Amino acid sequence: MGARNVGAVVKRVEDPRFVTGHGRYTDDIVLPGMLEMAFVRSSEAHAVVKSLDTSAARAVPGVVAVWTIADLGAIAQKPMVQSYPSPAIKQNFTQHPLAKDEVCYVGEAIAVVIAQNRYIAEDAAHLVTVDYESLPHAIDVREAARADAIPAHRGAQSNIAATVAWKFGDAAGAIARAPHVIRETYRQHRGAPHSIEGRGVIAQHEPAADQLTLWSSTQSPFLVRRYLAQYLEREEAGIRVIAPDVGGGFGPKAGHYPEELVAALVAMKLGRPVKWIEDRREHFLTTTQQRDQWWDVEVACEPNGKVLALRAKCIHDNGAYLPYGLLLCMTSIVPFPGPYAIPAVEVTLDCVFTNAVPTSPIRGAGRPCAAFIMERTMDSVARTLGLDRADVRRANFVRRDQFPYETGGRLPTGVTIQYDSGDYAACLDMVMKSSAYTAFEAKRAQAAKSGRWIGMGIASYNEDTGLPPYEGATVKVLPSGRISVELGSCSQGQGLETIVAQIAADQFDVDPEKVIVKTGDTAISAIALSTVGSRVAATAGPSVHLAATQVRDKALRLAALQLEAAEQDLEITRGAVHIKGVAERKVTLGELAKRLVSNVNVPLPNGFTPGLEATAYHTPERPVYANGSNVAQAEVDIETGAVTLLDYRVAHDCGTLINPMLVEGQIVGGVVHGIGNALYEHMKYDPDSGQPVTTNFGDYLLPIATEIPPIRLEHMESPSPLNPLGVKGAGEGGTIPGIACIVSAVEDALKPLGVKLNEYPLSPERLLELIDEKRSAK
Amino acid sequence: MSDRRTIEVTVNGVRHTREVETRLTLGDFLRHELGLTGTHIGCEHGVCGACTIHLDGAAARSCILFAVQAHGCEITTVEGLAKSDGTLHAVQQAFRDHHGLQCGFCTPGMQMTITAFLAENSSPSEKEVREAISGNLCRCTGYQGIVAAALDAAQKLRGA
Repeated sequence: MGARNVGAVVKRVEDPRFVTGHGRYTDDIVLPGMLEMAFVRSSEAHAVVKSLDTSAARAVPGVVAVWTIADLGAIAQKPMVQSYPSPAIKQNFTQHPLAKDEVCYVGEAIAVVIAQNRYIAEDAAHLVTVDYESLPHAIDVREAARADAIPAHRGAQSNIAATVAWKFGDAAGAIARAPHVIRETYRQHRGAPHSIEGRGVIAQHEPAADQLTLWSSTQSPFLVRRYLAQYLEREEAGIRVIAPDVGGGFGPKAGHYPEELVAALVAMKLGRPVKWIEDRREHFLTTTQQRDQWWDVEVACEPNGKVLALRAKCIHDNGAYLPYGLLLCMTSIVPFPGPYAIPAVEVTLDCVFTNAVPTSPIRGAGRPCAAFIMERTMDSVARTLGLDRADVRRANFVRRDQFPYETGGRLPTGVTIQYDSGDYAACLDMVMKSSAYTAFEAKRAQAAKSGRWIGMGIASYNEDTGLPPYEGATVKVLPSGRISVELGSCSQGQGLETIVAQIAADQFDVDPEKVIVKTGDTAISAIALSTVGSRVAATAGPSVHLAATQVRDKALRLAALQLEAAEQDLEITRGAVHIKGVAERKVTLGELAKRLVSNVNVPLPNGFTPGLEATAYHTPERPVYANGSNVAQAEVDIETGAVTLLDYRVAHDCGTLINPMLVEGQIVGGVVHGIGNALYEHMKYDPDSGQPVTTNFGDYLLPIATEIPPIRLEHMESPSPLNPLGVKGAGEGGTIPGIACIVSAVEDALKPLGVKLNEYPLSPERLLELIDEKRSAK
Repeated sequence: MSDRRTIEVTVNGVRHTREVETRLTLGDFLRHELGLTGTHIGCEHGVCGACTIHLDGAAARSCILFAVQAHGCEITTVEGLAKSDGTLHAVQQAFRDHHGLQCGFCTPGMQMTITAFLAENSSPSEKEVREAISGNLCRCTGYQGIVAAALDAAQKLRGA
């Protein structure tokens, strides 16, 4: 056997096609006879559509059809499928593929234009006139949460979609008895996803076989197929969904969308393939976002900083519809109390409809929100009691000797929350050392002499990754001897092809670059769920390992027959099975594979099943918990409110590293997503009109290269005992603590002024307001 | 609406004569008329830089140029960076070596921006590289791998 690939820096097998411009994204696919779609979208936050005039649009040369919901047939008169039904949902508003008569957010699709190309389709869409009767709108979530609020949906009794709770221990009792109780109010805003490739879909229907095929820029081809089948009342077998190369996802591409349904319905009705590619304005208006949360938090603690209980109430702005059930809400409350051993937690959350774009998880889902509350809480405990922020965290961490650690929480399925492995305090120590944490006060004093305001922030986290149930994998030895891995799961840039090639290659001692990997297609037989929640490396990864191990065992068993040797005397070197120490007494994997294909009148060897292949599912009962601590340094210009990030350090633990280079890429990218959330990204609505006012990259700022400090990483590896590779997820571990860490650093820079930061994003304008309040009070 | 003109452009060394609508963007022309889908359209308002190409040697955004504006010009797209034998350009190789890409969607525009920049500044500092790519958005990498790739490519190109 050569060197192991798992754990090594292996260059990505995806890259040659991407760096040469030969990736194949949805918009790169052209089918014969294909038409293109553009949508007429609501310009009102809340209105009744009284009538539409499509005559001018229909008259445009090159326009094939202009359709409203009435034209899509009886099947499309119902609202879309609820992706995640829950008995907790009190009002289940999902949208129609095209609006029926009421529109509930600016951007909601009302009509579709199908034309020879997108230029013509957009020309025509602009010629459709819509007669609206405006309705009062709900845009401020705290107002919308009130009992007498303006309803975001006509005729609704209230705007409360659901109220959910997360509770264990006796928080009320602890708060009543504790020597210190700290009360704070927090405001969070998470902005929009902004993968650089927007959404997009192509639908094709072949009437002879009644086969519907969708190419969609999605994270979840299997789920898109499931919801399409339910909505269209078809068998899943008659639908194929393919995720080609996908240009970033970050969560919002995990759901299913009206445009996918419309494309399918149009392709079936017209008998021609149709394409829709989202433009950036549509991404701002229609791709799900993560919006505002307001939190009231009470924390009981002892004088040494040990937290006894946390009780919180959250108002969550859900936007206009509930496409994703309560997933985002639940991921905002279930992570408590994070990496800390806190005996009592009681969190309730009101999920509130407003007339804003609907919401869904974005990188980290609700976890960065929960981490923000938990980490700001740790800082507030330190501030109130005059303790060091790191000491407070240390006093509360789950200790190394406590793993597996049960928090006291239990999921609705009855499964207890159990942290599998880690050493949270050691991870914090690592980052404190690399960031020279203890030397910072001297540095601050030095900077202050020249009028500079610098601060250091700290944030710790843990994350439930590798969520059940499974992502299946098939591993095959092809007759050529090449290894193939087939996964229904798909990648949006994480490097899935590379890591599964590494895992499979290790069983056969072959070069990962030679492994053929197919992903993201429901025509693949291994069942998948979705590439979300930092779960695929820790679910599909072990499945590939299990399948490859089974194939390896089968190859050894067959080779033993052919070489007339005992299995234990055999090994695999460079894709051939040979007798240990006797390289020339060998049979290649390709020869073994050929023996198990279907050959006329050649029976299989006794006791063997067809094909040198196996399909396997790693089926965990629980998630596996990654963790880490971050330290940031920031400087604030107190005259302009501008924040400059000086340094960012990460120590993290995602179990066994499959490919350190790719893990680093995930963490650094995640941190920068957190920087955007903390400092720049703000999806704003005009309260008077309900209109979104940040709908281009001039008004809505993404982080750019000049604003990013050096980000240095250290890995710690606490293998998970819950899967055969010991791996945990890493895709969101940068974003989850990132926001809290930066806010902590900015607050620390302003410590001499006593500015308290219980909110983000921290725009220069907002920081100046807070700075001026304190300066004028002095 | 269909005001048309005939244009002549040279793309990656190949001369093309096409009649196009005057309102057709250069990006759509490259993608849909010539099938060069390596040039990606990310924002259609000239901010994200995914559609960056070289127009007469200078980096330019093909989503906010009309095809007719490129009449008579030499264009290079990402498909024209590697040698004809498939050897990657130093910038492409460095992107792979330094994990300068994840989803790959911003990558062609990043590479075109960096190759044009390095032609002007062969020994840039890290700060200069960051400024050079500050008009290109990447949502995946956090830019760190891209900056490392650009600096490494600069060194390799100087040595070549």
